[in-house]
Amino acid sequence: MAFLDNLINGISLGSIYAVIALGYTLVYGIAKMLNFAHGDVIMVGGYVIYTAMSSLQFNPYLSVLMAICACTILGIVIEKVAYKPLRQATSLAVLITAIGVSYFLQNMALLIFGEKPVSFKSVIDIPNIKLFDGQITIKSETTASIVISVIIVIGLSLFVNKTKSGRAMLAVSEDKDAAQLMGINVNRTISLTFAIGSGLAAIAGALLCSTYPVLSNTTGAMPGIKAFVAAVFGGIGSIPGAMIGGLLIGVIEILGRAYISPQLADAIVFAVLIVVLMVKPTGILGKKVNEKV
Amino acid sequence: MKHKIKPATRKSFLTYAIMIAAFIAVEIMVSTGSASNMFKGLLIPFCVYSIAAASLNLTVGFLGELSLGQAGFMCIGAYSSAIFSIVTKETITNAWIRFPMAILVGGFFAAVFGVLIGIPVLRLRGDYLAIVTLAFGEIIKNVFAALYVGYDSNGLHFSLTSQGDLGLAPDGKMLINGALGISGTPKDSTFEIAFVMLMLTLIIIYNFVNSRTGRAVMSIRDNRIAAESIGLNITKYKLITFGLTAFLAGIAGALFSHNLASLQASKFDYNLSILVLVFVVLGGIGNIRGSVIAAIVLTYLPEVLRGINNYRMLIYSVVLIVMMIFTSNAKIRGFFAASFGRLKGMVFKNKTAKEGE
Repeated sequence: MAFLDNLINGISLGSIYAVIALGYTLVYGIAKMLNFAHGDVIMVGGYVIYTAMSSLQFNPYLSVLMAICACTILGIVIEKVAYKPLRQATSLAVLITAIGVSYFLQNMALLIFGEKPVSFKSVIDIPNIKLFDGQITIKSETTASIVISVIIVIGLSLFVNKTKSGRAMLAVSEDKDAAQLMGINVNRTISLTFAIGSGLAAIAGALLCSTYPVLSNTTGAMPGIKAFVAAVFGGIGSIPGAMIGGLLIGVIEILGRAYISPQLADAIVFAVLIVVLMVKPTGILGKKVNEKV
Repeated sequence: MKHKIKPATRKSFLTYAIMIAAFIAVEIMVSTGSASNMFKGLLIPFCVYSIAAASLNLTVGFLGELSLGQAGFMCIGAYSSAIFSIVTKETITNAWIRFPMAILVGGFFAAVFGVLIGIPVLRLRGDYLAIVTLAFGEIIKNVFAALYVGYDSNGLHFSLTSQGDLGLAPDGKMLINGALGISGTPKDSTFEIAFVMLMLTLIIIYNFVNSRTGRAVMSIRDNRIAAESIGLNITKYKLITFGLTAFLAGIAGALFSHNLASLQASKFDYNLSILVLVFVVLGGIGNIRGSVIAAIVLTYLPEVLRGINNYRMLIYSVVLIVMMIFTSNAKIRGFFAASFGRLKGMVFKNKTAKEGE
């Protein structure tokens, strides 16, 4: 039963990673950049919910909605201010800028909310599920994480494949210049991608902070990097891949923590990344890209 | 004079001259007693961070790849050299012999890991390479933080779980105590040795960059496909650069660990890698002298201006973003070149140190 418990915890954490990984995968697929600040947008979302609930006494669902709006705007602003001037720059310059943005958000939160972690009140109020005569309890946060992540994956797949803006995103990810010639507004599509990714980060923030109810300025950094690992594992640019990668990374992390060593759980996740990149750099569902001269 | 001195040679010798002048000035200040204790305490960190930044600049500036694992290599250098010094403390009593050996051990192990890590990861480029070096840095930190090492008459004992698992004989001694790290490292680091190591680092880097190998590395940075098509072995040159960066970072780590009474792996986290990256970016990517100056200035300023300490990291992050936008956006760069070009021509005639070409 302990194994089943760990497995459920792993799937729960994995669903949260999946939601974060979706943001990475979208932005990487379309803007071709590693948005290091994505993890920190999660933290910003967490703090917005915390402030709305504790200081303004808002209803939890309204707080989450506020966080989604705030993070969406933040994502667009980050893209316009920091990344847009670097469209033509080398990937080195973009990467360093992204690290700068990530650091900026972390230290801004540090100045505003202080070093001390705050305890986060769960935004989810559905009952726990008990199985096998109460031997296994599936916590409400776990149920919510799994259900929400599945809804998001299905919704996002439909959006990308069926709607006009979604197909514009696909076109930009294939070939930016050709998409522009076809009359797609590339800048607006990239902004839209950042908006969706950051909105998802806010939802991930709500789920993450409800499941692990401690919030500090570095809350988002590690889950952010691990979700990137998940996105690479599943195949970067692929929406179902992000889900599969997220679930696998979550389960690997929790099982590693339980059965190998609590200190080495992070190291195990990173080792997975290295093995994946060495064996199959395109990930489980990724497409192979031929290099053109 | 018959032969004109090459610009590259002039540049490197100017750097050496500045360094030696600064060294003499510091020595005079220390011997006349006009240097404060705080300043004296910062002398070794100046050299450590300068070496770390200059070596990272090799990878970032000349190879054109971002490595976020600099702290990991410093960690390996720090731990391996500290273990060497503790084990040989009784047998080699002369610190002047032991410490240079410890530095070499630190550099050697860091370079070995650099090459071992480099073989698989250097096939990757750009974002993937950066995230993998970050992953390796975190793995190194986590493994060292979970590692217990002791030695007794039967030799070395290792464990990844707890001190009790080592099974040490009663005469045994702990070397690495998990998250508590290493203690009892002899305080062998002196400013003089650190300075000599910094000078050696600069000489190695300048000679490397101006060598045939260095030019090959830069050609790979500028156009990988063209470089490959004229028969350059990309992997070989990448590995050489990566290994050299790791070697020098290991030396910086060795100086670091022998300056502290106790050392924890948690000091070598992702933030340290970013800090070194900030030195490189602010000093100018590809500008070795700039890295050293930025490392010294940014280590010294927060200590003097205690008031800005809270805002330090915020300022660093803004520096990273602004520097990148200003140096990489063609429009903004063109604007600055047009407005300040003439001014620059008049004021800084030969000076390129702070500009970061």
